[in-house]
Amino acid sequence: MSSSPVAGPAPTGPTSGSDTVTTGQPAPDRSRRPERRGPRIRPVPAGARRGPRPRAARYWPQYLAISPYYLIFSVFMLFPVIFTVYLAFQRWDGVGDMQFVGFQQFRFLWDDPVFWLSVRNTLVIWVLSTVPMLCLALVLAVLVNSTKRLTAFYRVALFIPSITSLVAIAIFFGAIFSNNFGLINAILRALHLSAVPWMSNEWTIKLVIAALMTWQWTGYNAIIYLAGLQAIPSELHEAARMDGAGPVRIFFSITIPLLRPIILFTVVISTVTGLQSFTEPQVLFGSEAATNPNSGGPGQAGLTTLLYFYHQAFDNNDFGYGAAIVWAFFLLILLIVVINWRLVQRKERRP
Amino acid sequence: MNSQNRERLRGLSVHLILMTGVVISVFPFYWIVVMATNTSQDIYRYPPKLWFGDNLLTNIQHLFDKMDFFGSLVNTVIVAVCTTVLVLFFDSLAAFAFAKYDFPAKKFLFGVLLSMYILPTQLAIIPQYEIMVQLGWLGTLQALIVPAAANAFGIFWMRQYTTTSVPDELLDAARIEGAGFIRLYWHVVLPCVRPALAFLGIYTFIAAWNDYILPLVMLVNPDRLTLQVALAQLYAGHSTDYSMVMSGVLLSVIPLVLVFTFFARGFIADATKGALR
Repeated sequence: MSSSPVAGPAPTGPTSGSDTVTTGQPAPDRSRRPERRGPRIRPVPAGARRGPRPRAARYWPQYLAISPYYLIFSVFMLFPVIFTVYLAFQRWDGVGDMQFVGFQQFRFLWDDPVFWLSVRNTLVIWVLSTVPMLCLALVLAVLVNSTKRLTAFYRVALFIPSITSLVAIAIFFGAIFSNNFGLINAILRALHLSAVPWMSNEWTIKLVIAALMTWQWTGYNAIIYLAGLQAIPSELHEAARMDGAGPVRIFFSITIPLLRPIILFTVVISTVTGLQSFTEPQVLFGSEAATNPNSGGPGQAGLTTLLYFYHQAFDNNDFGYGAAIVWAFFLLILLIVVINWRLVQRKERRP
Repeated sequence: MNSQNRERLRGLSVHLILMTGVVISVFPFYWIVVMATNTSQDIYRYPPKLWFGDNLLTNIQHLFDKMDFFGSLVNTVIVAVCTTVLVLFFDSLAAFAFAKYDFPAKKFLFGVLLSMYILPTQLAIIPQYEIMVQLGWLGTLQALIVPAAANAFGIFWMRQYTTTSVPDELLDAARIEGAGFIRLYWHVVLPCVRPALAFLGIYTFIAAWNDYILPLVMLVNPDRLTLQVALAQLYAGHSTDYSMVMSGVLLSVIPLVLVFTFFARGFIADATKGALR
């Protein structure tokens, strides 16, 4: 019966509708039982009074119940996403008339050095944060899993960074990595090392942003890994230990392969969120307009693609170009996720 | 004896490494308090002060001179509370329909819901802005609340829970008493799904409280900002007056972290469940 997923009058005929619902069930799924009785008690007399009705109509409370999501989704998500495609082929400042320009926005994008700089920045920050984040998370998870004491405490303490406001943490990182008065440089000075101009060097700017992301998400990923580790039967580890495998051997030959689906999950999630870094550089380096050569910090070293998109769309009011950037960027994320997926999958097949 | 000692040493080093992780995790909160309770001169000094000072009230006074903290706080609370209440209601209602009824096009509709997970909000944000302009909602709080009032994740999460933990027998019994869809939802389903609602509520509240990019785009009126946007602007304008800015960070972050710590154990268990599903 669910093979005709089009809402509206069912071709089976309105009167036989309730019968096909009860008898045509392929699986004795428990969740279907209430539905069988529901229509039998209420809508049938109503249908008898008002004559035959389309089958879908007697489920109006259910459709009404799910409608808020679909209404909000259509108006604020589906339509806007499609409209963004349309916008990418227009020139529009948000106020005047739109002007169709064909592929001109994308051609401009292709030749725009700032766009490619922002893509490079985004990728570098993503690698600098994701790799240490996931490795550290795995180590922490294995360690928590190896002990019985204080585990609840560790879980809460490691999880807290992930619920902390990104704006607050960006301000905090800005303060401790400050060139002149930051805590980090004070520590370096106490160790008789020379201070580092964190906020003005092309690489240290990226390093600070990556450190921020690593701080925020390592614990979250560790908790996810921990859940996966706890699902691995301890007999497996026991058996390996009996066979004389050391902890390192066990880690690489048993833990990692069994954890692969979860590692894949965390890689995809950190790719999608890591590539969308925006708040960090936006808060750290102010909100200068795109025309400012220092937007995204000195040398534009912290200008991520989303920040560049924001500047073009909402500081320059260049909605057409903004739409082109954000679509190109979405396709790039999709490509990277697919490549990641393939890489992790292929490793999985190797024994 | 010797191997026992080695075992103990190993356990100790595990806890030592984990404690280092914990210290790194919570150090920012400690340091935020240190900066917020000292003067900016103390922070700039070398060596810097490492312990709490007694300048918090003065810093907060400066903060209140520089930004409308209470106004932003009220706006943030309104947005977070309204979003949470609406999400809890709409998502659990839709989840009930999806979990316990079979209606035409259900599979198709649920498939749409699942596949739309992946669309990033940034793809929609320019037209969303334009829609808010047309509705006259730009700069108002409903521009943030209405688009977030129902979401795919919450419906998916609540549906899983409703399917397994609302007994069909109970629904049938209530139906025989003559209860309709809404009464079933209110009197049978809601009491059963409370634990799942708790997780979804905390999650939604935190996400709404911390949201930045959407308020940044939509709240064009400088008198009507959420805390996150107001703090970022304060920092952009007064980035050298650390102690004042940090007192704002402290006031906006610490309550949420404390409340979270209170609910943390159940929340973390649910969060991993939600992630691994």
